[in-house]
Amino acid sequence: VTTDVFTALADPTRRRVLDLLAEHGHGTATTLAAELPVSRPAVIKHLAVLDRAGLVHATTAGRERRYRVDEAQLARAVAQLSGVGAAWDGRLQRIRRIAEHIQRGGTEKDD
Amino acid sequence: MIDTIEREILINAPIERVWEIVTTPEHMGRWFGDAGATRQGDVITMAWEKHGEADLEVVREEPPNVFAYRWDANVKEAGKTLVEFTLNAEDAGTRVRVVESGFASLTATDAVRNELRDGNSEGWKHELGDLERYAATVAV
Repeated sequence: VTTDVFTALADPTRRRVLDLLAEHGHGTATTLAAELPVSRPAVIKHLAVLDRAGLVHATTAGRERRYRVDEAQLARAVAQLSGVGAAWDGRLQRIRRIAEHIQRGGTEKDD
Repeated sequence: MIDTIEREILINAPIERVWEIVTTPEHMGRWFGDAGATRQGDVITMAWEKHGEADLEVVREEPPNVFAYRWDANVKEAGKTLVEFTLNAEDAGTRVRVVESGFASLTATDAVRNELRDGNSEGWKHELGDLERYAATVAV
């Protein structure tokens, strides 16, 4: 998951777009603009940001693009957050190794 | 919604020793970052060879028991979380507890938050297996 994903998620209108797409299963710039306090061109720009982040995917539906949420990409963003606990486990293990190594009489440098 | 992640470990070394390792840039640059750390005032700048730098804003420092800082390195541009270390002497060793909080106020969709809450423990189980293998290869 790249910074793009979190940048995309950081905007409240884009989060609302994702919520609406998740709620309805899919949507177009026109249907989304009808439910949001922004213009259709603005919705198109937000969809483009979400698309670049891989959070939505589009298919052609007549004259419009129909968008759906990429649940796998959303799940990866979630997984990155859930990896925070594992990262702390690793850091605490390293603190313990360094502390106990020094305590046994070693210096930091002689591994 | 998950807002807090808690972890703890028992270390076979006295609390003053552990405090030094947890809080001084010299040691933080090894267990936390991998390319050193420097401190100016209340800001500790951590460096990683592959991930750039991150600033830790120290908000509590009560030797040898409490050390806390805010940082935004977990999720760039989504806001800051608070990390609090609590050290307590236990027998001849030291129990270190770390609590990271504030995830709920990071900017994310409700869908992400719900999945985080529901899928969180499973994610950790997978990650922990990888971590154990990784930790075994890391020399101190």
